[in-house]
Amino acid sequence: MGIRELQGYASLFMTIVFVVALYGYIVYLYRSEKKGEKDYEKLGNIALDDEIDSKPINTSDPLPDEKKGAK
Amino acid sequence: MQSNAALEYDYTVAKLYTYTAILFGFVGMLIGTLIAAQLAFPELNYLLGEYGTFSRLRPLHTNVVIYGFTVSGIFATFYYLAQRVLKVSMAESKFIMFMGKLQFALYLVAATAMVITELMGYTQSKEYAQMEWPLDLLIVVIWVIWGIVMFALIGIRREKALYISMWYFIACFLGVAMLYLFNNMAIPTYFAAGGVGSIMHSVSMYSGTNDALVQWWWGHNAVAFVFTVPIVGMIYYFLPKESGQAVYSYKLSLLSFWGLMFVYLWAGSHHLLWSTVPDWMQTMGSIFSVVLILPSWGSAINMLLTMKGEWNQLTENPLIKFMVLASTFYMLSTLEGPIQAIKSVNAIAHFTDWIPGHVHDGVLGWVAFMIMAGLFHMAPRMFKREIYSKSLIEAQFWLQTTAVVLYFTSMWIAGITQGMMWRAVDEYGNLMYSFIDTVTVLHPYYAIRALSGVLFLTGFVMFAYNMIKTMTSSKVLTEEPQFKSPMA
Repeated sequence: MGIRELQGYASLFMTIVFVVALYGYIVYLYRSEKKGEKDYEKLGNIALDDEIDSKPINTSDPLPDEKKGAK
Repeated sequence: MQSNAALEYDYTVAKLYTYTAILFGFVGMLIGTLIAAQLAFPELNYLLGEYGTFSRLRPLHTNVVIYGFTVSGIFATFYYLAQRVLKVSMAESKFIMFMGKLQFALYLVAATAMVITELMGYTQSKEYAQMEWPLDLLIVVIWVIWGIVMFALIGIRREKALYISMWYFIACFLGVAMLYLFNNMAIPTYFAAGGVGSIMHSVSMYSGTNDALVQWWWGHNAVAFVFTVPIVGMIYYFLPKESGQAVYSYKLSLLSFWGLMFVYLWAGSHHLLWSTVPDWMQTMGSIFSVVLILPSWGSAINMLLTMKGEWNQLTENPLIKFMVLASTFYMLSTLEGPIQAIKSVNAIAHFTDWIPGHVHDGVLGWVAFMIMAGLFHMAPRMFKREIYSKSLIEAQFWLQTTAVVLYFTSMWIAGITQGMMWRAVDEYGNLMYSFIDTVTVLHPYYAIRALSGVLFLTGFVMFAYNMIKTMTSSKVLTEEPQFKSPMA
């Protein structure tokens, strides 16, 4: 098997791996939202409510105060 | 980090890039219109000696509109919207502010040097990578500084989630960084030969088919990561913000993003169909190009659906018109490209005028429309004045839309005519037409293209005038508009 043929098979293999990863990601997106773990759609509001002093739409890292429950 | 009500977004760098976008847009489109006219009327080649020939001006046109106009537009919108979606001001960090200004200063030097050196005839002779090695080095510095600013802003952000537009700008940064370095690997001959020849000259580190492959890996991804990715990032911010409608499906925007990242990088070999590159690689280029329709249309349809129930805005707000038409031209262009990448279609389309026709319905209808709409949206917020004239924007819209339609329809007809004539054989297998036969037939279409250039350029002058009047003499706003941009 020459290098060119090998490159071709490597390309096919990578394509399959990435397709599986991409479809896996799609399933993850919808499943995590259905389970209530994530709310992706609210992130669309980041563009609308973009004043510097407005409350962040998403604080994925809880603020220190919130961690302590003293919000 | 705590919010500070007195804090404001700082648009200093965004304004500077807005000025260069207007300047380079005018220069680039002026050269484009001239060279379009030269193809129809060859005597126009002799206006400025060696500096006015088609061969000297054509790379200058592409470089000025890409690296002058579009890249200025990308940086202007980035320095505007990154602050807003991250909820952090550039004024909060002296370091970020300094780096932003330094980046602009170096950019201005590089862009000016690009115009001068290419006009003088210095070129690497690689499409969209004509700049010689000293400029390439400078561009690497500029790009790295942009990355530092981008990730520094991300590092001090208040909004923890990165809005989808930021993902697209990050992809623009990373994609161009990687591909630019690989494609511009070259040896400066002056140093290699011990002081012989021009200090500006270099030769590529690759040769033959490999050189072509690396070149089109870059060349097509210049389209991907300069003409597509950051422009999609722009529309994901400006259309929702201007219309007051959140993006229709955020999940679809994420899917389209990763789909685009996955597929786009491997489509470049469609530029080398029927050439000496391995056959499987040509087939891969074709297939990935066709698959590209999905993520491209994913974003475009998402944008159109964002306007669901709000289509009245299309008649009321000319900026929405620009953006919706930009999205539509994006769909047209990303359907046309894959069609051209099918091997049998490519056998007719390759080297014909259908190719620049395809490029221009994308760059004029999608890229330029989106950048101009973005800058119009930014103007009242940056300069705290309403947009000078709504009726001028309306007139500009119709003039430029007519120009784009004239451009791509004339080039469709010219390209397919050309491709068919080149291939036509008589009953004995002899070619039926000589090259000059095609030139004669194509002349009217070249004239129509030149006319479309004049119309688009006129529209751009209207845009520039409207922007300058907005900056200088329009009505002052007391408070920042929330969604729809105010215009007189």
